[in-house]
Amino acid sequence: MNAPVGAVRVLTPTGMLGAGFTQSSVDRGLELGADVIAVDGGSTDSGPHYLGSGTAKTTAAAVARDLRILLRAAAQARIPLIVGSCGTSGTDSGVAWVAGIVEDILCEEKLDLSVATILSGQRADFVKQRLRERAVHPLAPAAELDETTVDGCTHIVGMMGHEPIEEALRAGADVVLAGRATDTALAAAVPLMRGMPAGPAWHAAKIVECGGQCTTNPRTGGVLATIDHTGFTIEPLDPDAACTPISVAAHMLYETVNPFRMREPAGELDVTEATYTALDERRVRVEGSQFHPAEQHTVKLEGARITGYETMSFTAIRDEHILANIEEWTDLFVKVFTARVEQTLGLDSADYSFDLRRYGYDAVLGELEPATRPPREIGVMLLVRAATQELATAVAKVANPLMLHLPTPDMAYLPSLAFATSPAETERGPVYEFALNHVVDTRTPTEMFRIEHRKAHAHD
Amino acid sequence: MTDQPAQTFGDIALEVRSKNAGPFWVTMELFLRNPADYALAAAPEIINEDAIAFLYGVRAEDVQIFRIPSLNVVKISFPRPVPQGGLMDRDIHAGQHHVPLASLAIPPRTARR
Repeated sequence: MNAPVGAVRVLTPTGMLGAGFTQSSVDRGLELGADVIAVDGGSTDSGPHYLGSGTAKTTAAAVARDLRILLRAAAQARIPLIVGSCGTSGTDSGVAWVAGIVEDILCEEKLDLSVATILSGQRADFVKQRLRERAVHPLAPAAELDETTVDGCTHIVGMMGHEPIEEALRAGADVVLAGRATDTALAAAVPLMRGMPAGPAWHAAKIVECGGQCTTNPRTGGVLATIDHTGFTIEPLDPDAACTPISVAAHMLYETVNPFRMREPAGELDVTEATYTALDERRVRVEGSQFHPAEQHTVKLEGARITGYETMSFTAIRDEHILANIEEWTDLFVKVFTARVEQTLGLDSADYSFDLRRYGYDAVLGELEPATRPPREIGVMLLVRAATQELATAVAKVANPLMLHLPTPDMAYLPSLAFATSPAETERGPVYEFALNHVVDTRTPTEMFRIEHRKAHAHD
Repeated sequence: MTDQPAQTFGDIALEVRSKNAGPFWVTMELFLRNPADYALAAAPEIINEDAIAFLYGVRAEDVQIFRIPSLNVVKISFPRPVPQGGLMDRDIHAGQHHVPLASLAIPPRTARR
């Protein structure tokens, strides 16, 4: 694996394992000479629930369907398969979940591949120790970390760079199932390991991390990046899609705070001087990408904590008079609701929180809403959060008669509003928030991650 | 408010979009169709840190603006006022928060800020 090579080809079949792709797109990537398959299995984009609870956003059947195609392809072409941020949040439970799925498929398909898992879960004691050693630093807009916050997290993960993945591959793994990793580390690992320059390797990895997002048809899935000593070339795997200089350059804007400079554990990708040139109608050549190694290698922490338990209730208003006086209705609701909660449950505003959302009116943007058109109907969602599920539901049930019958102050009769479901209340269970936005100074790039080589499946 | 609705950046742009950039930031882009329209959006007297702070209720010093003539794009990033996925977050992916930006009139009301 260490012989000098002229180029390394990275196949990324999709932006998210479990999102689906075609067998033919993977076949196409193998025909083009893919040296590695890299795919992301997670993200924080869907909120803190997945990290907080250590459960996956994707369903097992969808992940298994994608993995079966990729494991067969890796075995057929004898190239590594790298999956990152397993189980959505990359918790140890997420890695174990994906490893179980992989094990079943290897067994069913009689594939002889050796699997390495890399755990990224962090113990609170370790984080607090590094905090005391002044080796933990906030990222904007976070404040300095304190030990109470660390102890309050249900899960903490460290976001690995390419180094642990490279170590697992060098030790002989065919399949690497990584916990939380930067999206880019997955695709950059093999090019870096085989001596490609860091600028093009990281830049290409950033471009392919969302699969077809960098093409003219983002819904068609995979891409292939060919990284060499002077730059990289990118092309879509779907014959009907194309990469154009604009579609590739524009992908640097997607979900990034700064489109020119991106921090990785080992340094910073800098694409300020990058040039994007069309090689033909489907392929784009990128040169001039730079990578500035950091003086201090850092690993970003992610952590989530329980903020309480929520119960949701939803009703809808079609009555023209209430629609025309929705602000007065809302004010009356809040006044009567909070008074009834105090009267019946003896709770004040310190004991529970709620959010009353008027869908169809201003729920999405709140005070930022620029439109002034009258709505045709309004969905009223009440979200109640309290220290226990029982309490949250009790508070939501106090609101039930109001969500059914509350008039506007000037109405002489009680309307009956349109509950969407029976019962009106839905218990949402524990709810979480992201509690960490900090980096740890590492002593070695791999010290926070635990590589475990699983025995290759011995088939008959 | 004038009687005649003014033309907005949403009217002239190819696309105006927004998205979370990690759990703590939101980022949005105006994709303009040509250099002339880009020049309108990139003019610092129209879209600037103070204007974005006013539009989104955030601090001007937290707003980052990237003007990218090679793509006819103006990109704006700032910390999310409400953390992602909390009780008060009504747009988990911040994917609908481009609307106030798209609704910005050209030229802006001069009394703004």
